[in-house]
Amino acid sequence: MLLLSCPWCGDRSEEEFVCGGEAHIVRPLAPADLDDRAWGDYVFMRRNPKGVQFERWRHVSGCGRWFNVARSTVSHKILAIYQVGYDRPELPE
Amino acid sequence: MTAGINRLAEGGRIDRARRLNFYFDGEVMYGHPGDTLASALLANGVRLVGRSFKYHRPRGLMAAGGEEPNGLVRLRQGGRAEPNVRATDIVLYDGLVAASQNRWPSLKFDLGAVNDRLSPLFPAGFYYKTFMWPANMWPAYEAVIRRMAGLGRAAASPDPDRYEKRYAHCDVLVVGAGPTGLAAAQWAGRTGARVILADEGAEFGGALLGNGQQIDGQPAMNWADGIGAELVKAENIRLLPRTMVAGYYDHNALTLIERVADHLIQPSRGQPRQRLWQVRAKQVVLATGALERPLVLANNDRPGVMGAGAVQTYINRYGVRPGRRAVLFTNNDSAYPAALDLARAGVAVAAVVDLRARAPLAWRADLDRLGIAVMADRAVLGVEGRHAVTAVRIGKLNAAGTGIVPGLGRRIDCDLLALSGGWTPSLHLLSQSGARLRWDEARGYFLPGAAGEAGQAVRVAGAANGDFSLQDCLMLGAAAGNAAANDAGYRRRGRGPRTPLAAAEPVPAPPRPIWSIPGTGRRSSKAFVDFQSDVTAADLQLAAREGYRSIEHVKRYTTTGMGTDQGRTSNINALGIVAQALDVPVAQVGHTTFRPPFSPVTFGALAGRQIGALLDPVRRTPMHERHQANGAVFEPVGQWLRPHYYPKSGEDMAAAVDRESLAARTSLGLMDATTLGKIDIQGLDAAEFLNRIYTNGWKSLGLGGCRYGLMLGEDGMIFDDGVTARLAEGHFHMTTTTGGAAHVLDWLESWLQTEWPKLAVYCTSVTEQWAVAALCGPNARLLLTELCPGLDLSGEAFPHMTWQAGTVAGLEARIFRIGFTGELSFEINVPAGHGPALWEALLAAGEKYAITPFGTEAMHVLRAEVGFIMVGQETDGTVTPDDLGLGRMVSSKKDFLGKRSLARADSTRGDRPHLVGLLSEDPALRVPEGAQLIPGNDATPPQRGIGHVTSSYHSPNLGRSFALALLQGGRERHGQTVHIAYDGHAVPATVTEPRFLEPGERAK
Repeated sequence: MLLLSCPWCGDRSEEEFVCGGEAHIVRPLAPADLDDRAWGDYVFMRRNPKGVQFERWRHVSGCGRWFNVARSTVSHKILAIYQVGYDRPELPE
Repeated sequence: MTAGINRLAEGGRIDRARRLNFYFDGEVMYGHPGDTLASALLANGVRLVGRSFKYHRPRGLMAAGGEEPNGLVRLRQGGRAEPNVRATDIVLYDGLVAASQNRWPSLKFDLGAVNDRLSPLFPAGFYYKTFMWPANMWPAYEAVIRRMAGLGRAAASPDPDRYEKRYAHCDVLVVGAGPTGLAAAQWAGRTGARVILADEGAEFGGALLGNGQQIDGQPAMNWADGIGAELVKAENIRLLPRTMVAGYYDHNALTLIERVADHLIQPSRGQPRQRLWQVRAKQVVLATGALERPLVLANNDRPGVMGAGAVQTYINRYGVRPGRRAVLFTNNDSAYPAALDLARAGVAVAAVVDLRARAPLAWRADLDRLGIAVMADRAVLGVEGRHAVTAVRIGKLNAAGTGIVPGLGRRIDCDLLALSGGWTPSLHLLSQSGARLRWDEARGYFLPGAAGEAGQAVRVAGAANGDFSLQDCLMLGAAAGNAAANDAGYRRRGRGPRTPLAAAEPVPAPPRPIWSIPGTGRRSSKAFVDFQSDVTAADLQLAAREGYRSIEHVKRYTTTGMGTDQGRTSNINALGIVAQALDVPVAQVGHTTFRPPFSPVTFGALAGRQIGALLDPVRRTPMHERHQANGAVFEPVGQWLRPHYYPKSGEDMAAAVDRESLAARTSLGLMDATTLGKIDIQGLDAAEFLNRIYTNGWKSLGLGGCRYGLMLGEDGMIFDDGVTARLAEGHFHMTTTTGGAAHVLDWLESWLQTEWPKLAVYCTSVTEQWAVAALCGPNARLLLTELCPGLDLSGEAFPHMTWQAGTVAGLEARIFRIGFTGELSFEINVPAGHGPALWEALLAAGEKYAITPFGTEAMHVLRAEVGFIMVGQETDGTVTPDDLGLGRMVSSKKDFLGKRSLARADSTRGDRPHLVGLLSEDPALRVPEGAQLIPGNDATPPQRGIGHVTSSYHSPNLGRSFALALLQGGRERHGQTVHIAYDGHAVPATVTEPRFLEPGERAK
């Protein structure tokens, strides 16, 4: 049961959140220009790393805001929490 | 009434002045306050307490605590009955009723014991080998196996008691209240940190309660009592006795099961039976102690074989003599204090048999004084007796411990064999936390490994960390508690508590680990490793011979460690035996995964108060009571309760739905549409936003206009639909499906927050702010005109797909000229609190038109007659707009979510399923929804379906049944006959347009 620090509400238990999967997936600006494979990659393909995962979470039972989390899928350590629209943060090795 | 024939005249933490009567298998006995069921049974001379899982062997108590594998009983009766409760965990109370399990007809004469005689037929993996084929016979096999091999039966009637859940936060959670845990809690508490101290036992003190040690020149129990009294007074410390820490999850989230009232005959008024705690701890100290292992030798499961530590606990804590004449068998020093305790309690100690070449010197003087003989370099090779130990056979092992040196055997009569195979630090919770364990070859057990990546804020101290001396436990526990509090941000002011001084203990001599004592070769004797799952050393060796290498596979194949005790006494012995059989070091075999819960948890505790009416919230519309008064039958739609139909007296569902469906087409119907999702969308960019969300164009929608929209996922599949109205330039009122409302709002929010944060759009759920009455039928306009003086409702002034603000029966309202039935319809929205008044007014004024309230079933019939789709019924997440014939809804002029997917090859292939109508040849036959469409007239499986029925009703307006279906290439098949696989037959049906009636006056 993760303890996530919502940027707006502070430390809350995992059950107040939903995970929205991988973060930093940008919707193509001109989908019509993409071939089927490129569009399919955007819609369906996701990373499944052993190690650091950048993912989206939403404080659905709280403020309702989306934010980004860098989490180790091995240890579940939360390495960074940052707002949507920002680049991946530098993480200590 | 049986007297306590094995009760010692004095000693122990029991109150001999009070008697507690209890019943075991119907026989009344008594014990005293302070007893467990186990100690009371032993005091009464009961040695046989259960039958084993697989072989139905007679079994007695082996342990005094939570590691007990045999003494599982059914506790209480009726709805309160609980199976598989360990007798050692049950606090005795007056009137307690318990029964033994897994025996028939009685404990002493059990027919299932034939399994023991037939045991050569039941080797490891027996079920896998024997019952795999034919697969369809498994249910028959299973029924027999479950009856023969099993544990207790659950209660058959509802549990009348209440279970609760509670959340808590603390700075330091200390698990275990033995010497280590008490010292840790005391020191952590002195810093002012919020501390929770949890222990399975009814009393704090852990091992001190049973082992006769001394602190500060007093019995150690006194020290434990003193600390307990001190901790009770501290406001920052919460003490949780009778509380088992069941699970250790990520980020120091732990679940605890507090047995609030299990020690009472029944909970007092308002008291829960158990409470599930969910604790988030900044720091955790695991002072979980260690468990004694038995030695693996022939017939080591006979009643009267016990752990040496358990023997001490029964004597010192409960004042119970566990036998009359004892032999102790050990590979380490632990049996010696037990021998002394036995002798002091008046039990004849026939011998201490020590596997090691030399007996430790430290105990020599005391042993000599009590006249106890030590047999060094000897082993107990086997146990005699069936329902109880009668004698043991002793011999000498060769140097490797793999065989017997002939000619040195002898036999000793006894009724108690106390075993000590060494101690296993209890690291279940640490392992659950994600930490790794490392095998310590010299000491013969696992210890906490180096803090790895998965390390949480946890410390292990005392015996759980391999530090067994009492002085170490006291000091290391204090240090761990203090350090944990420091790490949580608390510092002690002033001096710490005085360090207690434990009586000096001899330094233990090294153990001689022999995982399995070689037997004398008699076929009928079994050397048990896992007593609860009935797994023998031979089973494990067989698994190794058959090629099993991974300990996880050996576990599943032999079932070792898979009982409710999770192999507490057996895991290490099993690893050792497997390692020996594979000829590899134990460290290489590793250990199986420890999973929560540590001990079994009742379903009641997991469910808590979320049962019955509290299982899930129920949403009711403001008009709910009116529907009830009208005799409505309700159906759940998501969390909503909606009127399904309104039967009049004597009507069945079909008759009611027919009447309602006819009324809406011929005169006037009224439906409560409040549950439709409603989202208020505001902002300068609201129209642009809708343009991106919906498949059709929204910028051209004028003020006062309404438009139907389809929402797709990025995969191009329909996930919701509804009508949205433009209230003002930057203000829209969106409606969604009843079940999809929350999902749609989440969807809108996720795009606004993450992809298009620059759009000025704000979404608010207003589902519950508005009550909605849908008035439909040819007389809808006549009635509404009457109730809305001054409002021009003519088709020219108020056309289809527009809305107006107005007053209906004196109530401020938004009136939408939209509908879902194909009839002339007005959906009247009023503030939720006015819903009942609106409903009443419409019913009263509509009487002259025989206004008929209709439920969801008639709504379905009406919408399907005119071919309106229902998301979730005609769609299932694989359906595109074109599949439903809604291609005209898809704009070619703009991008929207999911558009690109509609151009994928798979979305454009010709044999996609299309929505069609179906008229079965037999007009009375209503085929079930979900039925498969098949190409030919032979329904014999297996075959490939070509579609399925999505909606199927009887229509009074058509005078027959009809259905909607998704059919491959269906638009090209109108007029053809397909078959519906139904009840083993191929039912012929004609493919039609997915529309059976032309809508009434709606666009005029």
